[in-house]
Amino acid sequence: MVEQLLNVQNLETHFKTPEGIVHAVNGVSFTLTEGETLGVVGESGCGKSVTMLSCLRLIACPPGKIVAGEAIFRGKDLLKMSPEEIRRVRGGQISMVFQDPMTSLNPVMTIGKQLAEPLMLHLNMTSEQARKRSIELLGLVGIPNAADRLKDYPHQYSGGMRQRVMIAMALSCNPQILIADEPTTALDVTIQAQIVDLVKRLRDELGMAIIWITHDLGVVATIAHRVMVMYGGYIIEEAEVKELYANPRHPYTLGLLGSLPQIHEQKHTKLFSIEGMPPVLYQKPHACPFAPRCTWVTEKCWQENPLLEPVAPGHRVACWVDTKSGSKR
Amino acid sequence: MTSEKNVLIKVEDLVMHFPIYRGVIRRKVGAVHAVDGISFEVYQGETLGLVGESGCGKSTTGRTILQLYKPTAGNVYFKDKNLVKLKPEAMRLMRREMQMIFQDPYASLNPRMTVRDIIGEPLMAFGEGTSKEIDDRVASLLDLVKLNKDFASRYPHEFSGGQRQRIGVARALALNPSFIICDEPISALDVSIQAQVVNLLEELQEEFNLTYLFIAHDLSMVRHISNRVAVMYLGIIVELADRNELYNNPLHPYTQALLSAIPVADPVYSETRRRIILEGDVPSPANPPSGCRFRTRCPLADTICKEQKPEWREVRPNHFAACHKI
Repeated sequence: MVEQLLNVQNLETHFKTPEGIVHAVNGVSFTLTEGETLGVVGESGCGKSVTMLSCLRLIACPPGKIVAGEAIFRGKDLLKMSPEEIRRVRGGQISMVFQDPMTSLNPVMTIGKQLAEPLMLHLNMTSEQARKRSIELLGLVGIPNAADRLKDYPHQYSGGMRQRVMIAMALSCNPQILIADEPTTALDVTIQAQIVDLVKRLRDELGMAIIWITHDLGVVATIAHRVMVMYGGYIIEEAEVKELYANPRHPYTLGLLGSLPQIHEQKHTKLFSIEGMPPVLYQKPHACPFAPRCTWVTEKCWQENPLLEPVAPGHRVACWVDTKSGSKR
Repeated sequence: MTSEKNVLIKVEDLVMHFPIYRGVIRRKVGAVHAVDGISFEVYQGETLGLVGESGCGKSTTGRTILQLYKPTAGNVYFKDKNLVKLKPEAMRLMRREMQMIFQDPYASLNPRMTVRDIIGEPLMAFGEGTSKEIDDRVASLLDLVKLNKDFASRYPHEFSGGQRQRIGVARALALNPSFIICDEPISALDVSIQAQVVNLLEELQEEFNLTYLFIAHDLSMVRHISNRVAVMYLGIIVELADRNELYNNPLHPYTQALLSAIPVADPVYSETRRRIILEGDVPSPANPPSGCRFRTRCPLADTICKEQKPEWREVRPNHFAACHKI
């Protein structure tokens, strides 16, 4: 039996801004099983990062506030843990890789010191043990001359190598869940391919679960087992990766996939574009958040927000219209 | 491509080195070889895509063509005029013909100017009409990029990224140029907004017979928008061909690796495709490798690649590449 590692229910996060309360996450529920890679896709401001940051309580409060929901990790609610308890989880059992390797490393600390920090903190290693383990870790992520390079500072590393260091740091305490927040967005394609390959290899070797947050539908297709598409603070579609790309159902997912140029394109066709812009959520939407941009929109879409409901085994969609048959739900 | 090939821009052996200064007396100790001898032509009405990784010199190429940097060596011809040799005033007048759209829509619009002043500035710089005429022209330009005319009195911070990029496009179009350099115009935008801007650029090209140099690192978008594509690596062009030819039959090992690294939104295809994963990073352009620039990461490299610069040659009709191993 595959074990459920993380179970998030009805998570809601708000931010107080001078313009009003922004409803960033509006009741998100999902699960993560052991060894699984979950892709979370959406455009900027859709709430994908905030959802995951909320689970680890990494939202700055104020202005942010987790107003409802629970996140059960190994029988305990992450959202109710004491600061001391959650600190032991962060970087230990659940670790995170951030988007920008240029700014998420401390520029005035050597790589060796930064790598040793979680090891000494979470695993109570001595500095000598931590140094040895750091060398192993750098080797694991493919940095040559690891022993010498521990003395270097982040600016002496290239972008791709810095991201490798971030990954090494995240893996240092053998986490059960690795949350990767746009880890390859700042990198060039050839380096991105290296990092995606590295993470896949490490996943198979170490057997951890991964949550991979990205806006790039291409990267998700290569690494994820299951994908959630987010829009306006909601999950609007969720399915196994092959099912999602073969049978996308939600108009937004259809639009996103349609707006990508095809790599096999021989004749020039016009790109499908979703008109309008993503919403800024000063109120919790009472209608479907995608309705203003949707080409399938019906009267009901303006009145009620559809719930995420199964349409096929393992495939859930939040839409009043069945885009396959054109019939209303 | 148009049947009659009118050359609009001709770049000849363009070199752009940026000096590196060190020490108290700021002595010159070296140079960053940002662009190191490239030649190509852009035909009237086409889109030439220029792709490469960050730091390969693609943006510098664009800026040097517009003489925003004074090239270290080489010539740039616009129609028949050599831009490198033009006097400053003559060059200023030439700028009406060539414009640029920048990457970052947040940094390329002055936050203290209204949209009307931003789009109207090129018109004022060239004394095009009275204030009233400029108002009208701005209104019609906003209409052209599908923004509301009433936006003219607003400031850039009131707009989203996609809308700002449209303002940047309107500014570039203000003087009816014939050539526009698009320097990563969509990389800062969300996926659904990228398609909007690309479609807009294509419509405008058709309407005004514009010629684009489209600089980007997104290979699938470049394939979509370009007629021909040039691939850059560390300051040189390694391959240039018609887009279908380049994407179907890439000859240079770097192009092959680059194409195989594109993430494709198709999980079934991604499982089966052959991928070439390059080792290591791009070397520093301040100290480029001898011989072939790509040899430090090339799976095929041997001694000849170290000793000799590969020659830029036409391997097949209209398909150029620089590699010893082809």
